[in-house]
Amino acid sequence: MTILQAMDIGISFGGVKAVDGVSFSVSPGQILSIIGPNGAGKTTLFNVISGVYTASRGTIHLSGENVTGLAPHNLATRGLSRTFQNLQIFQRMTACENVMVGRHLREKCSLLPALFRMPAVTRQNRETRAAALELLSYVGLKDSADVLAGSLPYGACKRLEIARALAAEPRVLLLDEPAAGCNAVETEEIDHLIRQVADRGVAVVLVEHDMKLVMKISDRILVLERGRPLAEGSPREVRDNPKVLEAYLGRHGAQEAARA
Amino acid sequence: MRALVNQRFTTLAILAVVIAVLPLIFPSSYYFRVASLVWVSALAAIGLNILMGQAGQVSLGHAAFFGIGAYAVAIGPAHLGLPTWAALLIGALLSAALAFLVGRPILRLKGHYLAIATLGLGVLVALVISTESRWTGGPDGMPVARLTLFGWRVTGSDTWYWVTGGLLLIGAWIALNLDETPTGRAFRALHDSEVAAQVVGVDVARFKLQAFVIAAVYASLAGSALAMMNGFINPDQAGFLHSVELVTMVVLGGLGSVVGSIVGAALLVTLPQVLTVFHEYEHLLLGLIIIVSMIFMRSGIVPTLSSLFFQRTRS
Repeated sequence: MTILQAMDIGISFGGVKAVDGVSFSVSPGQILSIIGPNGAGKTTLFNVISGVYTASRGTIHLSGENVTGLAPHNLATRGLSRTFQNLQIFQRMTACENVMVGRHLREKCSLLPALFRMPAVTRQNRETRAAALELLSYVGLKDSADVLAGSLPYGACKRLEIARALAAEPRVLLLDEPAAGCNAVETEEIDHLIRQVADRGVAVVLVEHDMKLVMKISDRILVLERGRPLAEGSPREVRDNPKVLEAYLGRHGAQEAARA
Repeated sequence: MRALVNQRFTTLAILAVVIAVLPLIFPSSYYFRVASLVWVSALAAIGLNILMGQAGQVSLGHAAFFGIGAYAVAIGPAHLGLPTWAALLIGALLSAALAFLVGRPILRLKGHYLAIATLGLGVLVALVISTESRWTGGPDGMPVARLTLFGWRVTGSDTWYWVTGGLLLIGAWIALNLDETPTGRAFRALHDSEVAAQVVGVDVARFKLQAFVIAAVYASLAGSALAMMNGFINPDQAGFLHSVELVTMVVLGGLGSVVGSIVGAALLVTLPQVLTVFHEYEHLLLGLIIIVSMIFMRSGIVPTLSSLFFQRTRS
């Protein structure tokens, strides 16, 4: 059963085809990794899928519904959530508030009761905070709940983004380089986290440069090169694909992959 | 959470005590008048701070809504035979409607572009007010009928002190309420990262518009209060300089801080009065004070001082 299906996606910027004819699909509980050298169009593809950019061609289906061209918040309503390669946390809010914003779609959000602070608003706040705290402890940030997110270390921010994305209870989660800039221990933690999320039935699409991580946790891998799909298959198939080995993982990447 | 609830309560309690105690040290009715001016300006500034400090959107034309509120209570009774309180509500509704209609297209703009667009709105409204002299009295302004509530004629500077003080308390209470709600969090989230707010489902356009409308209603009510208090109104209240003054109150006092808006309003209203002893250097000194405090208290007077205070008490 496919939950997210992208078909023949293309987008160009001023004549440069950043993504050109890319298709993929992912099922609940599955981890699909998208890899490729810098500038291959991975993040651009993510931006198209999550509605930040509008594709110039191709269609996207989410749970069978055509969602091509929908705004990000409409896609979020339909169960798609994501994290960002360059951190996009709410710096001036506490870690807990960041995750509480992630609960936005699960909250009743009407203006007048909020302005006059009806009891229902206070009650809902308490529930949202409890849910946020639970997610924070899930990603190991419980002790930082009331710390301003802007003063958290980098690795913690990465996990905070994942917690915020999870707070929306997505059915599809797009993770853009969740392990970038993290040390080996942190990468290990994130690896566990992603696996757990997928085991709960969430479809995970992952962009990542850490080949060890990718080879270990992916069910399938899609390789991009200059915006075009180069190969797709299981980690083993991709690793053994001579085209991928030589041209895109390079000699060093191939060695690392072989060790994993 | 507990700390936040208490903080909200403490802020309101302190504000109420200040409003209640100040008259004890006022030597003359002139002081009641100045203080009422502070409360009215603070009300408008608190509203603008929801837009600027929380949702992070600038408005350089906010006096337009102040002017609409003010002229509503002038024109309503004078030309349309409406009771003043009804004119006040209609003014607030008109401001909300204008903010809603204009906000939709212009809140797509960001930063400087939004500043210019809101400036244009302000200039336009001020222009209409000063040229439609048949209705508004033109550049000379027009008198405002006294407010009568259930047969009680609201007049006198001490009466207006309590009315405006009460309005300010309500305005502050509502603004503080908003902070810890899904709406308040959505405002602050889109301020920090629009794209991140969108991908968790925040309809950014809708919330920007809400903040704009709320800010417009605050300004409109403040404008109505000032017009009724003064019994007279002129187009300057809707003009560009007044818009700039409101923005200065918000930024000087502290973006995102309700108390900051009140402090900013207090400074901008009282300093010119205090500085009159320096005669022709009055404006020079006012400018200097603003520049220096922005250099040394970049995030605004109240946030800077409170973070200093908390650092001290912690160490």
